[in-house]
Amino acid sequence: MNHKTFIFLMILSLESLNPARGQDATQLVRNLKSKLDQVSSYEAEGTMKTNVPFLKVPAARVKIFYKKPDKFRVKNEQGISLVPKTISSISLNSLVDGNYSILDAGREVVSGQSLRVIKLLPSDENQEIVLSTLYIDEKDLLIVRARTTTKENGTYEVELAYGKYSSYALPDKVICRFNSKDYKLPKGVTFDYDDGSNKKKEDQAAGTKGQVEIIYNSYQINKNIPDSVF
Amino acid sequence: MAACSKMSPIIQITGLSKQFRELRAVDDLSFSVNEGDIYGFLGQNGAGKSTTLRMLLSLIEPSGGRIEMLGMDLRHKRKEILRQVGGVIERPDLYNYLTGYENISVFARMSGMRSGKRKLMDRLEQVGLAERADSKVRTYSQGMKQRLGIAVALVHDPQLIILDEPTNGLDPQGIADMRNLILDLSIHHKKTVLVSSHLLREVELVANRMLIIDKGRKIVEGNVKDLFNSAKMLVELQTLDPAGTLAIIRDSAWNALLKEATDGKFIFEMDRESIPALTRDLVSREVRITKLHPRHSLEDYFLSLTTPNQHVDTFAN
Amino acid sequence: MWTLLQIELFKIFKRPRTYISFAAIAAIILIIQLGLKFDGTAYLQLLLSGIADSFYVPYETILNGYLVAFIILNTLLIHLPLLVALVAGDVVAGEANMGTLRLLLTKPVSRTQLLLVKFTASVIYTLLLLIWMALLALFLSILFFGTNDMLIARNTGMEQIEKSDILWRYMAAFGYAAVALSTVAALAFLLSVMADNSIGPIVATICIVIVLTILSELRIPMYDNTVKPYLFTSHMLAWKGFFYSRANQEGQAIRGSIENLPAIGRSLGILIAYIVFFVSTAVILFRKKDILS
Repeated sequence: MNHKTFIFLMILSLESLNPARGQDATQLVRNLKSKLDQVSSYEAEGTMKTNVPFLKVPAARVKIFYKKPDKFRVKNEQGISLVPKTISSISLNSLVDGNYSILDAGREVVSGQSLRVIKLLPSDENQEIVLSTLYIDEKDLLIVRARTTTKENGTYEVELAYGKYSSYALPDKVICRFNSKDYKLPKGVTFDYDDGSNKKKEDQAAGTKGQVEIIYNSYQINKNIPDSVF
Repeated sequence: MAACSKMSPIIQITGLSKQFRELRAVDDLSFSVNEGDIYGFLGQNGAGKSTTLRMLLSLIEPSGGRIEMLGMDLRHKRKEILRQVGGVIERPDLYNYLTGYENISVFARMSGMRSGKRKLMDRLEQVGLAERADSKVRTYSQGMKQRLGIAVALVHDPQLIILDEPTNGLDPQGIADMRNLILDLSIHHKKTVLVSSHLLREVELVANRMLIIDKGRKIVEGNVKDLFNSAKMLVELQTLDPAGTLAIIRDSAWNALLKEATDGKFIFEMDRESIPALTRDLVSREVRITKLHPRHSLEDYFLSLTTPNQHVDTFAN
Repeated sequence: MWTLLQIELFKIFKRPRTYISFAAIAAIILIIQLGLKFDGTAYLQLLLSGIADSFYVPYETILNGYLVAFIILNTLLIHLPLLVALVAGDVVAGEANMGTLRLLLTKPVSRTQLLLVKFTASVIYTLLLLIWMALLALFLSILFFGTNDMLIARNTGMEQIEKSDILWRYMAAFGYAAVALSTVAALAFLLSVMADNSIGPIVATICIVIVLTILSELRIPMYDNTVKPYLFTSHMLAWKGFFYSRANQEGQAIRGSIENLPAIGRSLGILIAYIVFFVSTAVILFRKKDILS
């Protein structure tokens, strides 16, 4: 290799570490935010499936409400739904709002798809969120996965799949995975029927990771939603 | 007195006994009650009267012996027999929280009767309780409860009536009323009545036949008239060698007059005039007599059962 | 037999003490309903404290008539056996104590028939008590609190049943509870036959049920593996099994399902076996019994 070639290669490699690439990332995030900002509110209907070791609940028909900047609510108007507190992470707008440092973490292949990986570090140290990692489909400007680490509630992950509402960055299906605290029933509250099976052991083996999946059936975008809904 | 009894036994008891752990409450008891009798069953408290009557009413299972009533064996034909028997054991306990009418109605239905209100009220009328039919039994006096008990026993018009101490707890008027009722049942309604009592006087006034029981054993049985005949005496004999004495008596004419031989006591029924001959004969056979106690009457004898250490000095008589 | 049964029921329902049980049930239920009406949210917060950290919990909708009825059943089905013992323990011994037994047994009725009729009457009383409780606990709760899905707390987790999937479970649970309570009635009945005074059988039944319930609930391996599966008290709670659903592969509750129906069936069989045992023993003892009361 001659002298000139070596310098050229060095410059190239330095370019890859160049904050100027971070700007690329910033622009990406900015573009993402603009796309997300198209939707100032929505009311969606969907089905929520809960898969948490200590919760045995039927799949539920739910309504999902969103209002800028950070109002998010999942409601079961016909019955009861236990909604995990991390559900608001589905609303990606809050992720890309606020002050944070953006770090370009390169690319990663997820489920055969090459995705851009951007890390967001909130500037405010007092915030609950410590770090967010976004996996972005650069071409369609869609967040496919988001992993968020928090101070109090550990790390949770959101996976999104898009369909006919992809132009609004509104997913067809969202899977939210989270840690749930170990289930404890206050002693003496209830006597259980012991049918002789070893259910408790099975559940303990399953661990305390939970998953909630919402399949969106329809959206009413930018509908006027009163604050009282939230 | 009772109507003249026909001679077919309505109750036939043979060798009846009942053992309660260490206590032999009834011991080899045999007697019979004829149709139409008013049969007096006499004994002190604890003599075994109630136990015997409970066995007759199938409340207690006998340890041995045989009970035949109305020509049927009680062991095999209990229901058929009880359809024809009405009984009151000790005091007639009824449902205090029900009225007199409700009580008799309950028991009538249990006896298989489909009695209308009229018929049940007639029964209550018969015992003088028609006016108090709608009062709760807890408000009744003892006499009224007794009468209601009788009404309940009679509700299914039984052939045989068994009454255990029916005058217990009654005032003199109540006792007189009960006596009249029993006589009425026998004379006008042709019922057979077996009535137990510890009052000799009462038995004497109503019964035509009677039995005395003590410590579960029969002491004497027979027609009331004969037993109360003052010419006859019951003579009690005790000796140093009861077994030997018994053998001697059995081998002599005195055997025919021997009524009972238990616990070293011998009871003879005899004329007063025969007493010296008995004494002479026994002494001549070297029987060592420790006690010879003639009773002037059945009453004296009966009283002695309660106070065994007392005796009437009859030699002075 | 029908006539005898009518007489027995007539006697039971003519006694003022019979109605104490009905009044007691009504009082307990109304007290619980009142308490939950005013303080239900606090109670739920305690019950659901295990998940409140991780989930948004809609306390207002969770506190509905179906849940209130479940809470009432949870409480009452521990106390109902005592009320059942009050009548079943008295049905023979009470008559012996009153002295009416000897009058009854001089009637042309077989002892076996009389005893079976008396037991049937105590079972009917038990059923009426249960129906009364069902009406107040379920229908009154629905009236006061409305209906919605039901959330129940188990040792292993929480389970949710959809609103439209609940009522039949209650009917099945009441049916099972009837058999469970009849088992207690049968025990009290057996003890009643052995005594001449109703206090003894009533107290003895209550003590036996309490002691065996403790043994059933205590998680001590020595008892868990030996006697517990055979105690009737271990199977009295199986009515709850009608509220446990099966889950699909993804962990969701399956509508209309029961988690372990064979286990409930087994428990039912054991209870019925106990009833047969207690009543047969009572009949055998009574046939030979000398009535000295």
